[in-house]
Amino acid sequence: MNEQTVGITLRVNGIRNDVDVPVRMLLSDLLRHELRLTGTHVGCEHGVCGACTVLLDGRPVRSCLLLAGSVDGHDVTTVEGLASADGTMHPVQQAFQDCHGLQCGFCTPGFLTTIAAFLDERPRPTEDEARAAVSGNLCRCTGYQNIVASVLRAAELLGERR
Amino acid sequence: MKPAPFTYHRPRGLAEALATLADVGAHGKVLAGGQSLMPLLSMRLASPEHVVDVNAVPGLDGVEVTRDEVRVGALVRHTDLERHDAACTAIPLLRQALRYVAHPTVRNRGTVVGSVCHADPAAELPAVLALLGGRVVAESTGGRREVAASDLYVGLLETCLRADELATAVVFPVPPGRSRSAVVEVARRGGDYAVCGVAALVRVDDAGGVDDARAAYVSVGDVPPVLDLTEPMRSGGPDAAGAYAVSRLRCEGDIHASAEYRLHLVGVLTARALREATA
Repeated sequence: MNEQTVGITLRVNGIRNDVDVPVRMLLSDLLRHELRLTGTHVGCEHGVCGACTVLLDGRPVRSCLLLAGSVDGHDVTTVEGLASADGTMHPVQQAFQDCHGLQCGFCTPGFLTTIAAFLDERPRPTEDEARAAVSGNLCRCTGYQNIVASVLRAAELLGERR
Repeated sequence: MKPAPFTYHRPRGLAEALATLADVGAHGKVLAGGQSLMPLLSMRLASPEHVVDVNAVPGLDGVEVTRDEVRVGALVRHTDLERHDAACTAIPLLRQALRYVAHPTVRNRGTVVGSVCHADPAAELPAVLALLGGRVVAESTGGRREVAASDLYVGLLETCLRADELATAVVFPVPPGRSRSAVVEVARRGGDYAVCGVAALVRVDDAGGVDDARAAYVSVGDVPPVLDLTEPMRSGGPDAAGAYAVSRLRCEGDIHASAEYRLHLVGVLTARALREATA
């Protein structure tokens, strides 16, 4: 059986892509296998771990819970799209480095995208809010203490930028 | 962990969507937010022949608030409703419940109507719809009908909606004045399915007495039960109402909680929700 495909247009990290994808392809697989943006990590592939989180029109979503066909016409930001064009890290990335917010790094892309969007909406979170903001992302290394610290540090860095 | 092959439909209008559903019948599945459906597809617990993706159907993403009701279109994401001040001012219970629905990232994509129609007894919104006595607007090529919450849920993950129908909106009636509400849950981790949850709605009279008290339950039974707690609440307050709820409900055990523990939570959380609502 020939697999049905669908032609879609989506903007990923500001770059327009016109691609034909099998209709059952997940957005996570489109990003990794077709667009070669392997920064988005796939952990559980059923929406539990949060490693594959990307921003869809600015909002964090699980890319493993979206058909690529569903995002036709939309904007996607992956972890590769967080840093500036000159390579300067996004404040959230800088904060993770400053606070040792990662160990093995597998879950980190999902945290970075989630936190970047969270701080856009809530620039000065309390520690409780910071903890709640990352509650949908699993990390098996850090124990979360330094991730929460990174959220608060990133808020400081973003504040200094303003 | 990849969906089995299916034929994909992406209708660009409501008429096209309804025609497609009429065409594929019981072999089709509607995809909106997909936060429950996509895991089922990926784990191949479901493998429909046709997936009808309604995300490109215009006109389904509106929230309408009137004096009497809040009407939520089929493409309204949980986050959209949670942030809708007019809707959540009219019915504070909506925001009280929505903050318990999974995690923010899932709420960004999952839809209110999808959650209502997925009919998972462990989900909050079916209980909210049942508690408020809301209804679902179902459309098909044959016409349009409204289904009351009391008729909607017929079993575990099962509604009375037909395969050719699209739930285009859900309607939450605004409770009468002097109504107060609360939602409380016990879950193993924030964002997980509740081991047990209670949504309570209490109407007080001028003197502060209880006019009406009722509660709906999450993770209790196959369909969300609603109890009238007015009498026990009047005679003995929240604790009496909790004891009454325990006497009226049956729970099942699973890997997360024994039936006894879950029923214990029914009592504790009923009292807690009523106390919070009337505080």
